[in-house]
Amino acid sequence: MDTQAIARIIDKYHGEPSSLIQVLLEIQADCHWLPGEALELVAERLRVPMSRIRHIATFYKAFSLVPKGRHEVHVCMGTACHVRGAPRILERLTDLTGLQPGETDLELKVTLETVNCLGCCALGPVMVVNGKTHGKLSPAAAADVMKTYE
Amino acid sequence: MSDVTLQIDGKQVAAPAGATVLDAASAAGIVIPTLCHHERLAPFGGCRLCVVELESRGQHRLVASCAHPVEPDLVVRTRSDKIDRIRKSLVELLLAHAPDSTRLKELAREYGADRDRFEPAEGFCVHCGLCVRYCAEIKKLHAVGFIDRGIRKEISFLPEIASRECAGCKECFPLCPTSYLQAAYVLVEALAFPPPPSTR
Amino acid sequence: MSRVEQRLTSRDALEQAIRTAASRRDPKKRTISTCGGTGCLACEATDVITAFRDELEKQGLTAEVEFRSTGCHGFCEKGPIVVVDPEETCYLQVTPKDVPEIVSQTIRAGKVIDRLLYVDPLTGAKSVRESDIPFYKNQKRIVFGPNRKIDPQRIEDYLAIGGYRALAKALFDLSPDEIVAEVKASKLRGRGGAGFPTGVKWEFTQKAPGDTKYLVVNCDEGDPGAYMDRSLMEGNPHSVIEGVLIGAVAVGSHEGYVYVRQEYPLAVKNLGIAIEQAEELGLLGKDILGSGFEFHLKVHRGAGAFVCGEETALLMSLEGRPGEPRPRPPYPAVRGLWGKPTNINNVETWANVPLIINEGSAAFASIGTETSKGTKIFSLVGKIANTGLVEVPMGIPLRDVIFKIGGGIPGGRKFKAMQTGGPSGGCLPEALLDLPVGFDELTKVGSMMGSGGMIVMDDATCMVDVARYFVDFLTEESCGKCVPCREGLRQMHRILTRITQGKGRQDDLAALEQLSETAVEASLCALGKTAPNPFLSTLRYFRDEYEAHINEKRCPALSCKALISYYIDPARCRACMICLKKCPTQAIDGGKKRIHVIDQAKCTNCGTCLEVCPAKFDAVRKLSGVPVPPPPPDDQRTIAGKANEP
Repeated sequence: MDTQAIARIIDKYHGEPSSLIQVLLEIQADCHWLPGEALELVAERLRVPMSRIRHIATFYKAFSLVPKGRHEVHVCMGTACHVRGAPRILERLTDLTGLQPGETDLELKVTLETVNCLGCCALGPVMVVNGKTHGKLSPAAAADVMKTYE
Repeated sequence: MSDVTLQIDGKQVAAPAGATVLDAASAAGIVIPTLCHHERLAPFGGCRLCVVELESRGQHRLVASCAHPVEPDLVVRTRSDKIDRIRKSLVELLLAHAPDSTRLKELAREYGADRDRFEPAEGFCVHCGLCVRYCAEIKKLHAVGFIDRGIRKEISFLPEIASRECAGCKECFPLCPTSYLQAAYVLVEALAFPPPPSTR
Repeated sequence: MSRVEQRLTSRDALEQAIRTAASRRDPKKRTISTCGGTGCLACEATDVITAFRDELEKQGLTAEVEFRSTGCHGFCEKGPIVVVDPEETCYLQVTPKDVPEIVSQTIRAGKVIDRLLYVDPLTGAKSVRESDIPFYKNQKRIVFGPNRKIDPQRIEDYLAIGGYRALAKALFDLSPDEIVAEVKASKLRGRGGAGFPTGVKWEFTQKAPGDTKYLVVNCDEGDPGAYMDRSLMEGNPHSVIEGVLIGAVAVGSHEGYVYVRQEYPLAVKNLGIAIEQAEELGLLGKDILGSGFEFHLKVHRGAGAFVCGEETALLMSLEGRPGEPRPRPPYPAVRGLWGKPTNINNVETWANVPLIINEGSAAFASIGTETSKGTKIFSLVGKIANTGLVEVPMGIPLRDVIFKIGGGIPGGRKFKAMQTGGPSGGCLPEALLDLPVGFDELTKVGSMMGSGGMIVMDDATCMVDVARYFVDFLTEESCGKCVPCREGLRQMHRILTRITQGKGRQDDLAALEQLSETAVEASLCALGKTAPNPFLSTLRYFRDEYEAHINEKRCPALSCKALISYYIDPARCRACMICLKKCPTQAIDGGKKRIHVIDQAKCTNCGTCLEVCPAKFDAVRKLSGVPVPPPPPDDQRTIAGKANEP
């Protein structure tokens, strides 16, 4: 992402320090992570100390300070999914990918994440890969879904 | 500002409006233990050691005295079985991080806390935030901040600022209730192994 | 349908717009409403919607038939849902390939398609009309009901059902004090968690000194398993906006924020469209309906932190800071956003306001119990036949929600517990199912109304594990500011985890109780103060499960992985080789016509064998707290006859 694009996002919010989180969300959406150079620009333009930006970037779950993989896998760990066997789905996926939740493989192929609730409780257990919902999973079915993403 | 009269441990105490219960108690010579409080910094309310029992309109509740404003006719108790039990518990939780902290050992003696009550937890930082807040509020340097949240929350120096500012300052070190072990350690770590700018 | 485009500059203009919008809705005209809520979209409702649009075009019916993509209808279990009016024919689990048939049969020929109807699992009876389906029949959908009647992206649809009339009443007929009095008289209580009386809260903000006051809509719905706020925001955003506007008139505020989770993209989108359309019509912004009143509403997306549902943390986040709660007092009503008086209410609370102003506080207060009035939307999820969003009058027994509306427990299993109130709530046993739903009723038994999650658990759910799950959730979501929450939960999590691993110690329950008291009494915010509830309530009602884990190293629900063993019943195994081939650790010994045996040393308890064993054999068992029987001697492991037939 070039500095101009970031500057445009900051301008959209009139450079208000209180818009920090909204600005970071837009950068995250565009880049799929928060590159250091972008954060420095945000700090300068919004006149917010870097220490606060780093706290926010690590406090809120939507942000990542490392690049994400091409495929973003979100396994729902909400209560409804939990009682319907979500832990076993996650376990199968960690076995399969060798990743713990929050991790990305070295080739930047897959990022494995957990989410608290996707609000599709009727379909539980659920996972979302690149925005597509896969419901009523068994561990074996979850593994099969993963194999379709290269 | 006009004074507010309240009762602390049976004593009538006057305090300026806007003062905290802790301020009022201190002024009256009543000691309430604290870890994260610093008179030059804004109230934080993190360690909760300063909990006291309030009685107002017939209801009893515990509040952190460092952040609770005085109110007229408030009745405050700074010691009770329950308060002592809570403080003991809090000290035990902190001892899991910093069992050798002089300040915590003193408190442990006072409240009968067992340093082995809970399993040891990683890092000596007790998250009082004194270093972070002092650097931000008094020095206005923001060389140290918090990162992450919940049980993964940590203090972290920003190498870019720390390398420039910290060597000549170090004013945060003596504030640390874990005998400045944590701040010193994290600073050295940040300077010796600065992470790439884009990661933490 | 042409849009209402003109700015509405008076009450009369609004009435005219309402009449125009309503008159365009011929009640006799065929209307297809397809649920486009997030739940249905996840099961390919988008394709169904596209298929309808294409098919209506193809059959030349676009003028004759009104097609509507609406918000959530609530019956998520059976989505995607399609309702054809005026007959109210309700089709469930519709796929794109059903669409041509629906158009030619139901729309053209007026015939009902039998196979798409609801079938009662017990009686086999079919329901044609939506309102005949037991799931809907036993609800009272005054807040959530309009979802089905409107396309949330068209303000005309909201106007057509009399939308913004309550706002006009608030602007022109009532004084701010009268509005506050009306809301107070309705006894509406906050739907977000604590259940504080809404009118009283408004009054605090109204009376607080200062010219600048803010209103905030809390749509940071973070309870896992609760999604009613999302469905309201997605399906009927104008009802929330109208509620906020009425609140603005009452407390004298001219600026408001909607704090909505970024994980809810459709809610963000529909809300944005709704705000834009309301601004175009002069229902938001300057000189609303020509009254001179001004109010601006902005959207702020939350970045993923459960604690931001707590109002002071939410305010910190709105100010662009980490969501760490601040001590109260001062309360937001006195010092809130940027130090100004601020009133924060949850989505569902705001959506109730137009209803109260339109129908009057007395009508509203006639529903419910003495201390809990109106209805409440619950998300009924977990081990329940009819997962979905249900709106019921306060005071309804929990049992009716689970069995009459929810259809009971699927898979022939037994009800064990109902969890209400999310991570701050508790688990209630069977014995409490006759409890009427209400704020105080639920608190009294150690649970909470919360935002309205109802998670049903069956006998295969381990209650110790449920407590561990919620504490785990909260250790992740605690902001980390105060010691009792951050450190207390860290230790509670360790202890609960070791109990579920069979490493529990005799003094663990005492330690958990000590930590619970510390968190309840000394935490800074409500997250910490209520965090022990899932533990305390499971200990209160299911102590025997804790004791079984600690003393006998047994998990009665056969759920805790470290405490169970898988075992193949030699009398039932037909040596079909399926589990043997699927076992990821090659822990199963056997062969054709040779009874399979699990090598316990190699088994990782992954459960694959149980999952794949054909139901007709049903040979795999879970055991806990008892030794695994030794395998049959070698000479008894051969099966005579054809191997894989029972």
